[in-house]
Amino acid sequence: MKTPVKIRVNGTLRESEVEPRLLLVQFLREVCGLTGTHIGCETGVCGACTILVDGQAVKSCTMLAVQADGSEVTTVEGLSRNGKLHPVQEGFWECHGLQCGYCTPGMIMTAVHFLERNASPSRDEIRHALYGNLCRCTGYSHIIDAVEHAAKKGKT
Amino acid sequence: MYLTEELAAKGKVARGYVGRAMKRVEDPRLIKGIASYVDDLKIPGMLYAQFVRSPHAHAEIKSILTDGAKVLPGLVGIFTGADLNDKLGTIPCASPISGGRSPQHTVLAGKRVYFVGHPVAVVVAETRAIARDAVDLVDVDYEPLPAVMDPEKALQEDSALTHPELGTNVAFIWKLPAGDVDAAFKEADKVFKLRTVQPRVTPMAIEPRGCVASWHAGESSLTLWTSTQVPHLVRTLLPDLIRIPENKLRIVTPEVGGGFGSKLNLYAEEVVISHLAMRLERPVKWIEGRRENAATTIHGRDQVAESEIAIRNDGTVLAIRSKIIADVGSYCQLLTPAIPTLTGLMLCGCYKLKAVLAEVTGVHTNKMSTDAYRGAGRPEATYMIERIMDLVAGELGMDQVQVRLKNMPQPTEFPFNTATGLTYDSGNYQAALAKAQDLAEWPKLLQERETARKEGRLFGIGLSTYVEICALGPSKIMAAGGWEWGCVRIEISGKVTVITGATPHGQGQETSFAQIAADWLGIPMEDIVVLRGDTATAHFGRDTYGSRATALGGTAIVMSIEKIIEKAKKLAAALLNSKPEEIEFENGKFFVKGKLEETIEWGRLASEAYIAKNLPPGLEPGLEASSFFEPSNCTFPFGTHIVAVDVERDTGHVNILKYVAVDDCGKQVNPLLVEGQVQGGITQSLGTALMERTVYDESGQLLTGEFMDYAIPRAPDIPEYILGSTETPSPSNPLGVKGVGEAGTIGATPAIANAVIDALSPLGIRHLDLPFTPERVWRAMKEKEARS
Repeated sequence: MKTPVKIRVNGTLRESEVEPRLLLVQFLREVCGLTGTHIGCETGVCGACTILVDGQAVKSCTMLAVQADGSEVTTVEGLSRNGKLHPVQEGFWECHGLQCGYCTPGMIMTAVHFLERNASPSRDEIRHALYGNLCRCTGYSHIIDAVEHAAKKGKT
Repeated sequence: MYLTEELAAKGKVARGYVGRAMKRVEDPRLIKGIASYVDDLKIPGMLYAQFVRSPHAHAEIKSILTDGAKVLPGLVGIFTGADLNDKLGTIPCASPISGGRSPQHTVLAGKRVYFVGHPVAVVVAETRAIARDAVDLVDVDYEPLPAVMDPEKALQEDSALTHPELGTNVAFIWKLPAGDVDAAFKEADKVFKLRTVQPRVTPMAIEPRGCVASWHAGESSLTLWTSTQVPHLVRTLLPDLIRIPENKLRIVTPEVGGGFGSKLNLYAEEVVISHLAMRLERPVKWIEGRRENAATTIHGRDQVAESEIAIRNDGTVLAIRSKIIADVGSYCQLLTPAIPTLTGLMLCGCYKLKAVLAEVTGVHTNKMSTDAYRGAGRPEATYMIERIMDLVAGELGMDQVQVRLKNMPQPTEFPFNTATGLTYDSGNYQAALAKAQDLAEWPKLLQERETARKEGRLFGIGLSTYVEICALGPSKIMAAGGWEWGCVRIEISGKVTVITGATPHGQGQETSFAQIAADWLGIPMEDIVVLRGDTATAHFGRDTYGSRATALGGTAIVMSIEKIIEKAKKLAAALLNSKPEEIEFENGKFFVKGKLEETIEWGRLASEAYIAKNLPPGLEPGLEASSFFEPSNCTFPFGTHIVAVDVERDTGHVNILKYVAVDDCGKQVNPLLVEGQVQGGITQSLGTALMERTVYDESGQLLTGEFMDYAIPRAPDIPEYILGSTETPSPSNPLGVKGVGEAGTIGATPAIANAVIDALSPLGIRHLDLPFTPERVWRAMKEKEARS
């Protein structure tokens, strides 16, 4: 049995009939073909699948596609505007905030949501904001630099 | 700080990329979410596979019933060991120890299963969801058998056996008698003992393993996209197992989401998926889940060592006798036996020991195999020797710095031959130590400790002065070639394509190799593309592990460029009506000696080389060269890490107050990437020191099967690292680089351990083993209190 869903993803309305058990992350990856959102654990711990649902950072492996029916979703692919990187993306590039890049989209989405709530964070606040996103390569230091860079950039 | 903007301002910079902190060429696609990892691949007609895995550590398979699953619409097939094992080769171990005994490692379980997660069957279906449903409907009847879980008890005569047919749990015994150990012990003023336990840890790359295989019936060839560190090793090993010729097999590694040694292997799943694609004549994808990753991707460390240390009263460490028990798990994977032997070889650390006797016993248990995890044998050795140094200091009432200085070779003694037979290429251990002390404000730190202790606070300072072995390595010490390959092609337009065999998985070789090539060719980096990760383009390679890529892969590129320059000089001579020996090459320009007014650049040379109308007699068209770099020796990076901690008395929680690291990885190609490697390495090691431990229960159930149960460091766990470096070039390669991928991981754990134990020393605690979780530290404190 399939259920119809309408989800606006990065500004484009996506209508589809999905199995009720289909995870939102799978909907994005398999139905929409947006593979920037990654799967690292499927238990809501690693945060690689973080996206924005109606402006809130959400781990898309802990949500069903049918639960997102009628929502506005932003994925990492939807961040840059007119070919210009989002300040958080720029920060990650400038500060070497990524190595293998697998956790990066989730990190970026968490940071985007965080900076919307706190435009001038301390380094400690950044650390705590990233608590739910695991990275095994960078040791986080450069990621914290990247978010700090984005916060400064956002102000100018 | 970053060159890209500077370049635009200044115009083309000829030399000077190497040594600069530069942001990475590979990042735009990764931060935009448009890069392709294995799970992002979609091929028309692709099927999905899932493995049925053993829930038991050791059991006999009585029956496998597949009828329930077979009725699922969309199911394509279910294959058991009986269907596949006789059609496929066994999983190879590339580093067997002579006299060792290991079982045949079939791709799927035969009559028995030997660890939780052991693949028993594979199901293939039209969708991922159907494949998962089918796994639940396969009914396997197991008769559980006693599981062998404790490697020390496994050596007792009455122990159950992991593999009953072997008649023993001993996988191998490896001995390294180096120097006259007995004489050194006779010379000693004191001998003391130390037992060290290195817990098993799980690599936990954020991207699990996975692969897609596609059979091209028309050409009878197979393409395997796989998340691996070693596509070339896979291409060397896989053909025999799936019975196709090597030249019919192409391995592609798209983006790889972290490896840390855990993807330095040929895994059963890669063999099975390749076979299924051939058998079903349809592409097949398998993506590992996190629970599968924790249970069936290799684990690291897991060594217990009983050591005796011979010292003189002046602090000289004379010799070590060490019996190391390595829990290798159920099978020996690709490099399993090599890892603990590297521990033995590096046991001297950066000290002038006279003799070492290391005896490594590899023991089979009903667990996942251990193999190379970042550092691979060196963190274990460094932990032992650096704990020993602190204990020697404690034993003799010496300062922890003085005891180290007492035993280090002087900078003038390099190349330095160790008791274990290695030749350390270059080093200045004292300089790195002094710089780290400087950065740590050492006298102030000692003062802080004194004040804290007066106030009754548990404050500790720890250091490790480590040396490691990298750039593995000369072919004579490697199982299947220790060289690296590179190719440079000046395209007809003058643009440059660099191809490396040292396949990266996050290290940034597309950037660092472009920096190297741009300097050697004298052209802007923007004109260079670095290709990697496809055996159809990178024809040869030994890949990325053991911190080898820059030292070896970078050198292969430099060698290729030198060959091209030699050829280009002949062509330039013809075009400038001169002789090749009269032609000079500088900053991307060829000219007749002293005649700078007439120069030829790569663009014109390339078009002449390929259009080939003005070639001098005997000169082949084209401007391309490839090279194999065979190093004469490994490289030996080193450094000093200094850590200050305090321990909370009520909870046992360890707070890192200060972390200083000075690493010497030889010449640095891109200091920004070096910094990233060091920070990442230290953080992984901080996990090992403070939180990580792979836990199986007595029956062999894996209790740390996912991120819910297995703690890896998170952003708030990390201190602000204070990093410095010294630069002692390696004489083993023309770039002078040593390697930095594992340094942080090797230096950090013992420094943190020494700091924690120093903090606990006022309570009379002399040694405690990893990881220093609050519970373990709290229990150790309570035990001491109860006794006193």
